[in-house]
Amino acid sequence: MQPFSTHTGMVMPLDRVNVDTDQMVPKQFLKALTREGFGRILFYDWRYLPGERPNPAFVLNFPRYKGASVLLARANFGCGSSREHAPWGVKDYGFRVVIAPSYADIFYNNCFKNGILPATLSEAEVDELFRRTEKEESYSLTVNLSNQTIADRHGLMFKFEIAPSRKEVLLKGLDDIGTTMQHEPDITAYEKTHTATATMYDTVDVKYYSNGR
Amino acid sequence: MFPIYPLLFNFQPLPGALHLHPFTGVLESQWKPMTTDTSYKTLYQKIWDSHVVREEPGQPSIIYIDRHLIHEGTSPQAFAGLRAESRKVRRPDLTFAVMDHSVSTTDRTLPILDNDAKLQFEALERNCREAGVRLFDMNSKNQGIVHIIGPELGITQPGQTIVCGDSHTSTHGAFGTLAFGIGTSEVEHVLATQCLVQSRSKMLHILVHGKRPKGVTAKDLILAIIGKIGIGGGNGHVAEYGGEAIRSLSMDGRMTVCNMTIEGGARAGMIAPDETTFAYMEGRPFVPRGKAFQEAVDRWRQLHSDENAKFDMTVELHAEKIAPQVTWGTNPGMVTSVTERVPDPHDFKDLNDQKATESALQYMGLKAGTPIVDIPVDRVFIGSCTNSRLDDLRAAAHFVEGKHVAKSIKQALIVPGSRGIKTQAEKEGLDKIFRDAGFEWRDAGCSMCIGMNADVLPPHERSASTSNRNFEGRQGKDSRTHLVSPVMAAAAAIAGHFVDVRELDVVNVE
Repeated sequence: MQPFSTHTGMVMPLDRVNVDTDQMVPKQFLKALTREGFGRILFYDWRYLPGERPNPAFVLNFPRYKGASVLLARANFGCGSSREHAPWGVKDYGFRVVIAPSYADIFYNNCFKNGILPATLSEAEVDELFRRTEKEESYSLTVNLSNQTIADRHGLMFKFEIAPSRKEVLLKGLDDIGTTMQHEPDITAYEKTHTATATMYDTVDVKYYSNGR
Repeated sequence: MFPIYPLLFNFQPLPGALHLHPFTGVLESQWKPMTTDTSYKTLYQKIWDSHVVREEPGQPSIIYIDRHLIHEGTSPQAFAGLRAESRKVRRPDLTFAVMDHSVSTTDRTLPILDNDAKLQFEALERNCREAGVRLFDMNSKNQGIVHIIGPELGITQPGQTIVCGDSHTSTHGAFGTLAFGIGTSEVEHVLATQCLVQSRSKMLHILVHGKRPKGVTAKDLILAIIGKIGIGGGNGHVAEYGGEAIRSLSMDGRMTVCNMTIEGGARAGMIAPDETTFAYMEGRPFVPRGKAFQEAVDRWRQLHSDENAKFDMTVELHAEKIAPQVTWGTNPGMVTSVTERVPDPHDFKDLNDQKATESALQYMGLKAGTPIVDIPVDRVFIGSCTNSRLDDLRAAAHFVEGKHVAKSIKQALIVPGSRGIKTQAEKEGLDKIFRDAGFEWRDAGCSMCIGMNADVLPPHERSASTSNRNFEGRQGKDSRTHLVSPVMAAAAAIAGHFVDVRELDVVNVE
């Protein structure tokens, strides 16, 4: 996974509470076989009019936010469906950082699997960033994960909280699976004492059972 | 009630400010950690403790997963990831696959016209064949929605950890399991290691006291709970449900409650197993028999929160005060009683709530102040992992028997949660009752809850739906969904609009 240390980028404000993952990547795009290409369809129903004409009323299509890489959002961002297609879309569009007062648990977790930093600030701090983004063309922020700071060029500086283990995963771009597999002996030892089985006592109409070990 | 979040639940200390505990208001330095006394444990702690593979101070734990459920929608990238790293599925015997999200609910002998869906089915088939993972394909007699067939076949059992790349995995918590939805990267992680890296959640206790009035179902309880705590109210928590109104629910009703736990932000919902649970389990295909079953029940009896166990937050409701619920907006927390009116944005103090309400009313094509019972519906959907079990179908059938859907209704769909449920319902003659009343009787799948197959709600049409999410566009672009109980959906089909089902002839099932 792509490591994250610091990032400086233009901010795009999405002034809406409870943005759910259905809005980020609608159902018709869940039939993909790969993780790529979701940036084009991010916020599809808000972003496009019939015939995929850009909807000029949606913030992502405002010329002033073209090239934004910091997504400023409201409370409970990413609620609803567990679809990882949502963070895939956020990342593929070009966002490396999301800033919000709170996130839904599954989305928050999924961000870390994809090198996206979901930074949490207070409601008041997020309000201030919305004001500044609105006021200043090309408003940009520098996000420093090591120091846990978000700063602009006018001297504003906010600290954000993040669990140390989460921070390490992003800083090092760790492969979770590889890390867990290093503890293979622990897993094997657990399996010896805690025998998880799934025995079928009555036949059910299921395939490939005999292929199992 | 509108989400009171973030006022109550989204505690975020301001730099330099006194750090007050969000619920007690005491200084942070005076906080007493709620879980210092380790002799009393919650159900969640008990299951967690018995699944820890590795723990290190300051690090998330590695926990073991007993059941990994997968479906065609969120698994192909996980298998592709394994292949790219030459990794194998560690425990194919603990992994169960099903086709449910995009399957047709009509004739499955016809060719699949949606090529993308077809490719996903083929990928799942190939992945299961190669890894030796049990697959319930679309033609299996036991096919159904992943969260329906797990419990139905006894794959889900008390005390287990269960994950699936689907947020409604919380359903399985009705059996006293720790069950939650995960993203595709975690699906890949579980396939490779049969483990997950997790930090402990906080614990939310939700108590519903008293008796449910006639016509008030499990769905109404959970909608009322979400209305009270807000859709982010449970973020960071695992919820455990208790109280007389929960205890008196059947397993079908308990699954409805746990299913929608995620809509209140808590990733998992749990109900301690009891005699109702054990009676449900006995004789199901994956449940041990005879002496082994009795031994299992003895173990399962330990699965409850100790009397003095501490929760981080407690929410209490009284069932007698809960009326049938109907959502009016674009998230499940935008809900009210059937006796109420569509709210006005100015009813809310918070500016963000006002804006959200305004936007929701515009999307839903509703005017503030409209009585809920005056809202006409175009289509009715009884189905989804929330409400497609036998109790749901029986309650709806009991109500519609001898009646007919209103002329104004364009479509009324019954989509059983599994083919097993469909077969049983047909034995009981429910299909005939529904057909005679003007409903369509379909094959099992996710259907018009997610609209990944042909069962899409057309633009600007309004549905009474027993599903779990009324998000913008969820059931189709510009579609307008009102979440209700199966009884309310059936009544809306007959009347053409919502009605106070307490005044009608309804049986008191979930």
